Amino acid sequence: MTDFTLWDIARNLLLAVPWTVLLSAIAFTGGGIVGLLLLVIRFGRYRWARVGVKLYVELFQGTPLLMQLFLVYFGLPALGVEVSAWLAAALCLTLYASAFLADIWRGCVEAIPRGQWDGGASLGLRYLAQLRLVILPQAMRLAIPPTVGFLVQLVKSTALASIVGYHELTRTAQILTNATFQPFVIFGLVALIYFVLCYPLTQASRALERRLATEKH
Amino acid sequence: MGYRFDFGALVQYLGLFLEGTAVTLGLTAVAALLGVVLGIAGAAACRGKHVWCRRAIAAYVELIRNTPFIVQMFFIFFALPSLGLRLTALQAAALAMTVNLTAYAIEIIRAGLESVPREQSEAGRSIGLRPLPIFGLIVLPQAIANVYPALVGQIVITMLESAVVSQIAVVDLTHVADFIQSRNFRSFETYLIVTVVYLVLAVLMRRLLTRAGRRLFAGRVR
Repeated sequence: MTDFTLWDIARNLLLAVPWTVLLSAIAFTGGGIVGLLLLVIRFGRYRWARVGVKLYVELFQGTPLLMQLFLVYFGLPALGVEVSAWLAAALCLTLYASAFLADIWRGCVEAIPRGQWDGGASLGLRYLAQLRLVILPQAMRLAIPPTVGFLVQLVKSTALASIVGYHELTRTAQILTNATFQPFVIFGLVALIYFVLCYPLTQASRALERRLATEKH
Repeated sequence: MGYRFDFGALVQYLGLFLEGTAVTLGLTAVAALLGVVLGIAGAAACRGKHVWCRRAIAAYVELIRNTPFIVQMFFIFFALPSLGLRLTALQAAALAMTVNLTAYAIEIIRAGLESVPREQSEAGRSIGLRPLPIFGLIVLPQAIANVYPALVGQIVITMLESAVVSQIAVVDLTHVADFIQSRNFRSFETYLIVTVVYLVLAVLMRRLLTRAGRRLFAGRVR
């Protein structure tokens, strides 16, 4: 058996970081697109569609992400649809992110006074144009701090992809632990790496929120 | 070829489902109770005059909030034994959930304490109350009432995140699902049912706690 030095461990962990970042980026981008779509439907004209979005959000926020992952990764193959660990993780985290982002952004849109919609309507704008030209530019300012805050939650959530065997940071840590029997060093380092990834985002979210609060006065 | 759903194959495992649910709820109850108590203590200490104490608590909160729960749990279960602290899987899970929830509870309750106007404690002082009764009888109840919905939300999140404890072989609801689908190969039905059970638990827990809060805080919880 080869001996692992601290540097070997650290290097192997660092090599896994891009996969964690990539998965987060895909889920965030995909979730943003789907979330925006949900948002458009959420304030749209069709009642059943609005209820549908509400249920979708409730479903993803009310069940464990791990179960969503298992349903896709272990459940779909039983129905005859094969999915790789990578696809399952990307798909689940995208849907998960879309539900949370749609909910966060809903709150921001609701914070815009009703009169802004009416103003748009009085200019002869249709629903989509009202949303795009009047509401969203104002809601965006409110949305940025909590969206960055959610990104932290998303980065942390990618750790669950390790359970279905996707080789990101946490999975690499488990493999390294099995090879070296140094759980203290390895999980300590892993926690540190996640912290280094997440803490700047947390701070940025806070700073943006503070700036927004001072702008208002 | 179509797939034939067979939920009937799961009926025989009803007892296991119930046991798993009991473990999940039990762990959540322990974490919620300890987490809120420690959260109150931590948030109160943050208002104290000891700078190092405030800093240590702030560092703890940031550390927990910026790392994944599963890594915290693996650290407690796999790494602490090398320091001589050997825990069973169930103890490790309970500890990890408590450590995690405490950090969020400190943050939430601290915001609650800040939302109570200073005049409230001044009023307490003016009728001759000592600092501890002022905190416990006047400030804290109002603070908790103000942030009660956030606290309930965080407890529900802890319950949902606890699905991860199946990974250190705690026989919770998720672990039961893993076991059953390895027996009957009905993975889709099994995970679907368990997902629904989690959803029902989350909804019920939120309702019950909110209702309890309304009673406890005499209508001050919105």
